[in-house]
Amino acid sequence: MKIHEYQSKEIFSRYSILVTNETVCYSTEEVVKATEELGLPVVVKAQVHAGGRGKAGGVKLARTMEEAKNAAHSILGMDIKGYKVEKVLVAQGVKFNSEFYVGLTIDRNSKSVIFMASSEGGVEIEEVAKDNPDAIHKFVIDPDLGMTAFLARKIAFKLFTDFALVKQAVDLFQKLYQIFLDTDASLVEINPLVVTDDGKLLALDGKMNFDDNALFRQPKIAALDEPTEDEKKEIAAKESGLTYIRLDGTIGCMVNGAGLAMASMDVIKYFGGNPANFLDIGGSSNPQKVITAMNLLLSDKNVKVIMINIFGGITRCDDVAKGLIIALDQMKVDIPIVIRLSGTNAEEGLRIISEHNLPTVNSLSEAAQEAIRLANN
Amino acid sequence: MSILINKNTKVLVQGITGRDGSFHTSKMKAYGTNVVAGVSPGKGGQLMDGIPVYNTVEDAVKATGADTSIIFVPAPLAGDAILEASEAGIDLVICISEGVPTLDMVKATNYLKKKGTKLIGANCPGLITPGESMIGILPVDIFKKGNVGLMSRSGTLTYLMVSLLTNSGLGQSTCVGIGGDPVAGLYYQELLQMFEDDPQTEVIVLIGEIGGDAEERAAQYIKEHITKPVVAFIAGQTAPVGKRMGHAGAIISSGSGTAAEKIAAFEAIGVPVARRPVELPDLVKKALADRK
Repeated sequence: MKIHEYQSKEIFSRYSILVTNETVCYSTEEVVKATEELGLPVVVKAQVHAGGRGKAGGVKLARTMEEAKNAAHSILGMDIKGYKVEKVLVAQGVKFNSEFYVGLTIDRNSKSVIFMASSEGGVEIEEVAKDNPDAIHKFVIDPDLGMTAFLARKIAFKLFTDFALVKQAVDLFQKLYQIFLDTDASLVEINPLVVTDDGKLLALDGKMNFDDNALFRQPKIAALDEPTEDEKKEIAAKESGLTYIRLDGTIGCMVNGAGLAMASMDVIKYFGGNPANFLDIGGSSNPQKVITAMNLLLSDKNVKVIMINIFGGITRCDDVAKGLIIALDQMKVDIPIVIRLSGTNAEEGLRIISEHNLPTVNSLSEAAQEAIRLANN
Repeated sequence: MSILINKNTKVLVQGITGRDGSFHTSKMKAYGTNVVAGVSPGKGGQLMDGIPVYNTVEDAVKATGADTSIIFVPAPLAGDAILEASEAGIDLVICISEGVPTLDMVKATNYLKKKGTKLIGANCPGLITPGESMIGILPVDIFKKGNVGLMSRSGTLTYLMVSLLTNSGLGQSTCVGIGGDPVAGLYYQELLQMFEDDPQTEVIVLIGEIGGDAEERAAQYIKEHITKPVVAFIAGQTAPVGKRMGHAGAIISSGSGTAAEKIAAFEAIGVPVARRPVELPDLVKKALADRK
């Protein structure tokens, strides 16, 4: 789960990390008022759950009230990578003389939290990683020890020579690690972290992502979620134990397991078809899940055929078959269905399906080719 | 021979009285897995399908000598269950639970490393040594004893791959589902080495998917350490960028972790990669033939 820059900085503030003076605004009028209060110059920044705001024209410096108004006017309502800008952050201009990058994330290889720091702040860190990977210093944090003062110092000396700044940085890095733990974050990032003209470390920007698996114990974080329309559908699916991602093809897919779902999409594409979605009905399925899944697939008007590919493990094929029969009884389904069942209780599942005169196929290749043929009819 | 488990493995089930725990315990037992105990706090003293249930892992280990534990408890409790198993002296922990918080796994994997306990998962289907022991939720009918060692990040995709192998007459030494989470227990490198050292295994199949760089690192490891033939498959060749495909680990971020990169990494070191699941058996047969 992602939150906005201003929300990340609110969390930073709570841990006494210095951030810019700023106000969230939903209209040009509010931007004018905020600018009057904060004083010129200000920076007007789009608040959307997408990276690359600057490049998209979503961040503008305003030296006059006229410029602030124009910035608000052009940014509010703008589309950035499919996200509509509904609010902007108006931040007081800050004078600074150097920019840095600091971030924490999960490192799969060391199975630990990793701290990243770079003197090349203010640019997209992915680009630094590509062009100049040596400019990013990485430190694995031992979960038993946490962010010790000596480790924080080691990192700080990579960025600063002035010991007054090193001392501030040690405090900041320890707080950032604490925030990461306290909120079950998956990413905490300050880019850029700046040294102001009066020698203070300040978070000019902030970014936080969270571990979806831990939201159950982070109610305050979960409350900040702002899903888009597509994401709402995905969340509704998730609540029923399904993972749904809408794509733009014509073949509705219902599969159990993420890997098999991806492989099914790959095979459809291989034979020249286009999947309408990724839909993983997960394990331990009950008939109700299948009904919910059918409803989801049928709500997408692009879907011309439904391909069901189940390999039973923890999912029982007879459960899927029962759910499917109930679903078909309850709803009007006027598009063809291609079914493949194997694994746990497959015989029973196939018996139920055949009793209702629904066609089944034996292999994934066969299922994909049949689905493509029917979609093109 | 096989890796990790065999007919002598003594299995303990944590969460044996739950819906999934009880269902799959019966399946494991029916397959011949030596299930010696269950744990369910507050239900100690009961019998479940003839298996004694204990309140703590420590009690169960003392009473039965269990050396391997499989975990079916709800995700919020799974991290603690893993720690409990390790602390009680279990050698191998298999965590089936899906949706375990990442920081819980950071804590657990770190502790287990210090204790020398092996972990598979979380969010995995378990493992099987065909004809001897199945510890997990795998549909046993598709497996057959043989000499293919298989490891996979996916559950159901593994079943499809295994059934294709079995139907082509290619049996398996041990099949391991390592799980799809970003922080997990045993991974490709450790398992590659185990299969390399296992006399029964003659060819290794690695089933990966998009996200992260574990496959690229596995390719590097194969180049440096593995002499047996390896065949691979990567799911998610057509997955869109920035979308999380079910597994927390399966996400392509800003052009890295793509299937194309992973396939290229394997092919660069001479590991053939099946483009579709159905191509796998022939590639395995060819790898075996070329070796001889």
